[in-house]
Amino acid sequence: MPEESILSDDFIRELMNVGEVDILVAVPSYNDGQTIGKVVQALRAGLLTYFPRARSVIINADGGSRDGTQDLVRAASISDLSVSADVHALRTLHSISTQYEGGPASGVALHTIVAAADLLQAKACAVVSPESTTIEPEWVERLLRPVFEGKDLVLPVYRRHKFDGLLIRNLVYPIARALYASKIREPYPADFAFSGSTAGQFLAQSVWAQEEGRRGTELWLTLWAVVSRLKLVQAFLGTKARLENPRSDLVNAMRETAGVLFCSMDCYASFWRSPQETLEAPCVGCQPAVSLEPLRLNRKRLHQMFVFGISELEPVFLSILSSATHNELKRLAALSEETFVYPAELWARTVYEFSAAYHKAVIGRDHIVQALVPLFRGRAYTFLTETREASAEEVENNIESLCHTFEGEKPYLVEIWDERK
Amino acid sequence: MWQSFISELVRTLDEILRSVARFVPRFLEMLVIVVVGWVIAFVLKTLLRSVLKIARFDKLFEHTGAPQLLRGTALPSSTELVSRFVFWVAWLGFILLGVSVLGVVGIEEHVASFFGFLPRLFAALFILFFGLLAASFFSRAALLSGVNADLPSPRLISLAVRAMIILFVGSMAFEELRISSRTVIVAFSLTFGALMLGLALAFGLGGKDLARRFLEKRFEREGPEASREREDELSPL
Repeated sequence: MPEESILSDDFIRELMNVGEVDILVAVPSYNDGQTIGKVVQALRAGLLTYFPRARSVIINADGGSRDGTQDLVRAASISDLSVSADVHALRTLHSISTQYEGGPASGVALHTIVAAADLLQAKACAVVSPESTTIEPEWVERLLRPVFEGKDLVLPVYRRHKFDGLLIRNLVYPIARALYASKIREPYPADFAFSGSTAGQFLAQSVWAQEEGRRGTELWLTLWAVVSRLKLVQAFLGTKARLENPRSDLVNAMRETAGVLFCSMDCYASFWRSPQETLEAPCVGCQPAVSLEPLRLNRKRLHQMFVFGISELEPVFLSILSSATHNELKRLAALSEETFVYPAELWARTVYEFSAAYHKAVIGRDHIVQALVPLFRGRAYTFLTETREASAEEVENNIESLCHTFEGEKPYLVEIWDERK
Repeated sequence: MWQSFISELVRTLDEILRSVARFVPRFLEMLVIVVVGWVIAFVLKTLLRSVLKIARFDKLFEHTGAPQLLRGTALPSSTELVSRFVFWVAWLGFILLGVSVLGVVGIEEHVASFFGFLPRLFAALFILFFGLLAASFFSRAALLSGVNADLPSPRLISLAVRAMIILFVGSMAFEELRISSRTVIVAFSLTFGALMLGLALAFGLGGKDLARRFLEKRFEREGPEASREREDELSPL
């Protein structure tokens, strides 16, 4: 029996026509017609400007778009470069668009990309989000250059609005830092690069057959790279624009982040329970990473939904939380909006108790992750209130302080991890 | 005549003695079966209790809502209840087996029907157990979805989901046991129909204002005024 591959026969034929490459740049997509053309053009310009002698291919892995995304990719691939008149291709720059099976899932797209990189023996591979509308051709260089200098994985750092990425700042970054001893600002990257050998190691993972191989896969692979102590570097890419209609489905976002994080804690328990030296992940070209434009976020609604969640989900919280934490949350829910504060210590304990409950599977694991959503709304309310008037430095200090709290509460996690509830 | 009476009496006594002589070994056999059956049932109970405790069966059952029900009716824990049930089913089986050894006319038929009933009993319990688990899972899923979607009264929705599944599972279990199956089906249909009608009326009449507000809000968003007033969405990632 031949080895089963995620790549379709037609796609393999197209890849074989391309032959071996030095660089593979991939754009996963699903109904991204509005932005993908610009992204592909920027990638072409970046490749031709910074890597004119490299054998390169741009691959679009599409999840079944119905808005002509694939046609736009093909059109952008053959359009004249308007970015610079003196940019000329020294080699043929191939562009391929393929549609993977099984419906839109970023993990499946990534699996397709990694398998293609492995087949083409690519020396360096970059994945760029079609939603990165602020992309500049320089991103290609910033992502790929460190790979050619011997790094295994290049992760992005952006200048983002202080209220963007609330889940990353309040949950994923502090936990990843406390448990895996690595200061990676974007552990769930949208734009990143890796070496050919890392692609091979990614491909050998068993995660592709699991739920984490469909969504939140980028986070999973980053954590795996951290645990495996690969050579990591962070590259400052510039401003990441806030999407006009950000995906505000908090439940799915929670599954992609907290779900994957809790699952990784289960897998790598022996790693994070023993003391670790900090993994160096230097940031190349880093600049102040927070922008401060005013935003109209409804904090009142966050508070209301926190209070509503605490009152309605009591039977679920009784299965997950310790009575002390649960009582403290009930006390918070009784406070008025003006006096409400979800302290960092309590938030860290709450998250750790959720992760231990996930480990013990006290109820359905997906239900545990979903139950964290109303509590996160309470924490987001506090973060927004604390940093409403804050400068970039104060926001940074707030996040730093939260990380220290998670690190300080780690012994509590170790204590409750194997404890019978 | 006296002689004849005496001979009849002797013959009768002889027959009685023979019957007793035939019966006593069978009775002893029955006693042995019952005692051995008790020992086997007891061992089964002890073994099962230990296995269920190791498997944390009570914990598994906790989320079905059954422990609260058991506590409310002053019954022992789920593990104890299942162990005792297995003990009594096993021992009753041995008692009936022992009774059948006595050779009493008509008993065999009842014993056979008891053993014929056992698979149905286990099937009904199986349906009930997994039905309770499903009721717990889906009611919790409804509760979480309701809370996260900010729906009004998610607990009521969750309770309705649980009640409907338990009702459905209960009727299936009774159908399996063939206990008043028609009555159960009719009762189920009536209750389910009434519940659906009640919900339709409640949401249709009670929810018309909510639907109007929802539609107004939805279409107002498209206007230029609304877009100016629109709040920014939370960006979690």
